[in-house]
Amino acid sequence: MAAEPDAARQMELVRLVRQDCGSCHGMTLQGGLGPALLPDSLHDKPAEGLVATIYYGRPGTPMPPWKQFMSEAEAGWIVQKLMSGFPN
Amino acid sequence: MRLILSFLFALLLTACAGPQVRGTGDLGLVIERASGQVTLVDTSTRQPYARIGGLGDLSHASAVYSRDGRYAFVFGRDGGLTKIDMLEARIVKRVMQSGNAIGGSISQDGKIVVAQNYTPGGIKAFDAATLELLSEVPAEYAPGKFSKVVGLADSSGNKFAYALFEGGEIRVTDFSNPKQPTTQRFPAGLQPYDGLVTPDGRYFLAGLFGEDGVAMLDLWQLEKGARKILENYGRGQEKLPVFKMPHLRGWSVAQGKAYLPAIGRHEVLVVDVATWKEVGRIPVRGQPVFVMARPDGRQVWVNFAFPDNGKIDVIDTLAGKVVHAFEPGKGILHMEFTPRGENVWLSARDDNKVLIYDTTTFTRVGEIAADNPSGIFFTTRAARIGF
Repeated sequence: MAAEPDAARQMELVRLVRQDCGSCHGMTLQGGLGPALLPDSLHDKPAEGLVATIYYGRPGTPMPPWKQFMSEAEAGWIVQKLMSGFPN
Repeated sequence: MRLILSFLFALLLTACAGPQVRGTGDLGLVIERASGQVTLVDTSTRQPYARIGGLGDLSHASAVYSRDGRYAFVFGRDGGLTKIDMLEARIVKRVMQSGNAIGGSISQDGKIVVAQNYTPGGIKAFDAATLELLSEVPAEYAPGKFSKVVGLADSSGNKFAYALFEGGEIRVTDFSNPKQPTTQRFPAGLQPYDGLVTPDGRYFLAGLFGEDGVAMLDLWQLEKGARKILENYGRGQEKLPVFKMPHLRGWSVAQGKAYLPAIGRHEVLVVDVATWKEVGRIPVRGQPVFVMARPDGRQVWVNFAFPDNGKIDVIDTLAGKVVHAFEPGKGILHMEFTPRGENVWLSARDDNKVLIYDTTTFTRVGEIAADNPSGIFFTTRAARIGF
């Protein structure tokens, strides 16, 4: 796994996930138009697939690609945090 | 002695007068999404007058009003439905009505509040006085398959129109008999993401995410079924990514034309409401989220999805183009016009402020501190169809 984003970037990513991913997945990540992103709902999904979903989006669904706003490593960090309980 | 008596009399009078008498026409509320609070506001003084907490998860919360404008019904994301007394500034009643909700509506006669839910997918009707559950209509579109409900809107005769995201249909549920509602179903298209009813209550429109176009149902002639308008407005071009779904409620009809957000295009679509044909499109600076007309219809204000959510474009409907473009703050999530539109209130989520602008001069005339503000809802909605 690549180096973790620095503390300031982590805060930006947390806010991005809660506020902007939250417009579909819910600010508490319990789901909305998009599915829930809680550890229980993600545990049986391979991390690489989730990273690709964030980075490249998922055609045929409303999930857009987020690659212009983060690196693949940062998407990896988000997935790791989502799977273990996302910070507030 | 006489002086003391008259003093006592004055005291008694004051006591009898009770709380100050006032109307509700210039009141409203601001959702503070992260802290489960609402701030009650007065649009005449442009000041907050109370703050009420304990409303749960208010991300994507919305509100409707009783017909007297006294009570607000706030629909929270977590399925909470809270009835607020705008005058006494307190929670009258609160129920948890589902696991995951997206909004609601109030009936024409003001007696039924209907919530639309994602989980479990369907709608539920409540007595507006007591919040007692009257009935529910699951959004089952195939055996054992339930859809998220979007775009719920009130129409005449205590009927409600809404769309099913996975189910791809428009439904009309009639609550004339609130405990035994009847539902009609109409195929609509791929992935309706939100809906609206026109200001006269005649047409229900559902925006489609899965295809270019909008599904339309004439609520005066249900037997004609839903048809598609604005088909192929993308002209086969690849869509731009959509980082936030547009909202259609609070849409705009001005001078016989409707202004609608395009999906995956940085454009506002202009439609002639007599023919429902596209008559133009106006380039804007991002994926539109809210496209809202000032009450007189002269202006249409547009805000945008991430990452352009600090911008506002103002369209002059006479000129047919953007005449004012500015960046009022960070994370502009919603806007609401004062009853006759001299001011607009904008929630700047990431600035923790509500910003108040004069719509003629575009100057800022006030601001209110609020914790991550999102939706702003004024009591004038009480008298509008589809709000």
